Amino acid sequence: MLDSAHRPESLPTAPGVGYKPQHFTQILQEPGPVAWLEIHAENYMGDGGRPLAQLRALSERFAVSVHGVGLSIGAETPPDADHLARLKRLIAWLKPASFSEHLAWSTHGAEFLNDLLPLPYTNATLTRVADHIDQVQTALGRRMLLENPSSYLAFDDSTWAETEFLAELARRTGCGLLLDVNNVFVSAINMGSSPQAYIDAFALDRVGEIHVGGHDKDADDHGAPLLIDSHSRPVIDPVWDLLDHTLARLGPTPVLVEWDNDVPDWPVLRDQAARVALALDRVAT
Amino acid sequence: MSNTAKTLAVASAVAAALTASATTASAQSKEKCYGVSLAGQNDCAAGPGTTCAGTSTLDYQGNAWTLVEAGSCESMELPATADGTPRKGSLTALDRDLPA
Amino acid sequence: MTVSQAVFRAALLDPDRPIPAGLSDGDGQPAAARFNVYRNNVAVSLIEALRTGFPILTKLLGQQNMDGLSRQYLRANPPSSPLMMHYGQRLPDYLGSLPQLAHLGYLPDVARLELALRRSYHAADSTPISPTRLAVLDPDALMAATVTLAPAVGLLRSDWPLYDIWRFNTQEDAPKPAHVAQDVLITRPEFDPSPHALPSGGAAWIQALLGGQTLAAALHAAQTEAADFDPTETLTLMLSGNAMISLTQEV
Repeated sequence: MLDSAHRPESLPTAPGVGYKPQHFTQILQEPGPVAWLEIHAENYMGDGGRPLAQLRALSERFAVSVHGVGLSIGAETPPDADHLARLKRLIAWLKPASFSEHLAWSTHGAEFLNDLLPLPYTNATLTRVADHIDQVQTALGRRMLLENPSSYLAFDDSTWAETEFLAELARRTGCGLLLDVNNVFVSAINMGSSPQAYIDAFALDRVGEIHVGGHDKDADDHGAPLLIDSHSRPVIDPVWDLLDHTLARLGPTPVLVEWDNDVPDWPVLRDQAARVALALDRVAT
Repeated sequence: MSNTAKTLAVASAVAAALTASATTASAQSKEKCYGVSLAGQNDCAAGPGTTCAGTSTLDYQGNAWTLVEAGSCESMELPATADGTPRKGSLTALDRDLPA
Repeated sequence: MTVSQAVFRAALLDPDRPIPAGLSDGDGQPAAARFNVYRNNVAVSLIEALRTGFPILTKLLGQQNMDGLSRQYLRANPPSSPLMMHYGQRLPDYLGSLPQLAHLGYLPDVARLELALRRSYHAADSTPISPTRLAVLDPDALMAATVTLAPAVGLLRSDWPLYDIWRFNTQEDAPKPAHVAQDVLITRPEFDPSPHALPSGGAAWIQALLGGQTLAAALHAAQTEAADFDPTETLTLMLSGNAMISLTQEV
């Protein structure tokens, strides 16, 4: 088992699911093994109404993780002050167990492009992203987790391996890492590398949360497999195997099931959480 | 209408409106299905892979675009111009605080 | 040289531009299909946001037309905020600018109504006043009072049968829209915004109240627009919709 000195341990080491409003009533009535919920920060930045009322009700029963998708930490300009203020307001009243964001960019100037866009892994990117993480952690007054992306292409000028890049960001900023095992699998297949080798090279002592999710299968111009991080279907067996491989090295860790497109009825998502519970039972101490 | 009459009109309106009772909001309340709750959700999933959705340059501005008879506008039979009272320039929704 | 985000963004939203140089698959081969994954993510996610955000417009135009129109709109008007709940602010004016849609002159107002419903859905919560607060005042004090309306209240003035169009496209067996102009009040009694057709003069009355005018001045404004305006119907809509949140008596 790893030294856990750096590991943020505020979420329960149990299954969680991405919260969808259509599941509100059933989550409260039949949560099954689900012990915590993750929300996308931007959906709760309105001023009031049902979204915030539901979140308030759920937070009385479940631990909550706030997962940002719009902060654009990888942008060429610093995080937007207005958006950071909205995030601070949400975190101040909700007091979530965790806050995480992505190693990606999604805004350009005043535009929001609504996708997690890729970054070259260079020294310049490292310095800039580390600065942005510092700004976010200072503004929020807490440590954040940074998530590894799904990759579809590579930048010719990258000089860092992604695992080293993330480890160095964590070392410089003190941030934790969110290890998305499905993203690892998607990126490895897309880039022709080994998912297990990625996990083995990852700074596991920084991991505060794991994601699993489903992906779609496509092909690129050369007929090579191209996996798409669609969160639209059940987790496939190779990703469950990769989760087992990861947990065997990491020990009990909060694991979230993400399902964002073609969202199924609650029992289907709950069954995915039950599968996570099995994986966690195997490494229970 | 005289001021007295106006005053009485408002007072009687209040009396009539008193039957309306306030309800208490609950997070558990069943949603009316206007589809607002699922509109414009942020998420972190990727889309449809290598389809042509993002690369199509079909010109919907040019003459190629004629309204296909698929929408309910065909069945509403509204005239081409409104024949209600014209109030040009008054089409303004309330301008509330929206994020910049 | 790295691919700047400006170059990446330009190619992202313009499929006629070449894929930025300096990107490849894992083996150093060109990555056209791979770059298109991002193009698709952006285009499809924004098309879906507009489709779900403007369900009545989608129904009116048909989904194929709505999606094509959305693809064109999003390239010229990507979101200006990371809050997707408010995407589409410029769609009403955009609809009004398309010559192909000139014969459907009500579409911009329909889009305004759908934006207003979403705004109301996410507006701040508030506690309504009890209607008895109004009833206990003597008539003169009542006429001199001002009220604050709930943040979730919305008001739209239209030259079109806007409420009828909404009802025709959201409720089964609703009658076809009448050939009248309709102003619409949006209230949110608890969490669901609800549009209501206002009687003639009702919108002027509410607009005056929103502007901080007294009930007397608001009544005058309403009756200037519609001489026979009786506030009963509009006031009932507002009280049953929890639209009034404070009452201030002038002294």
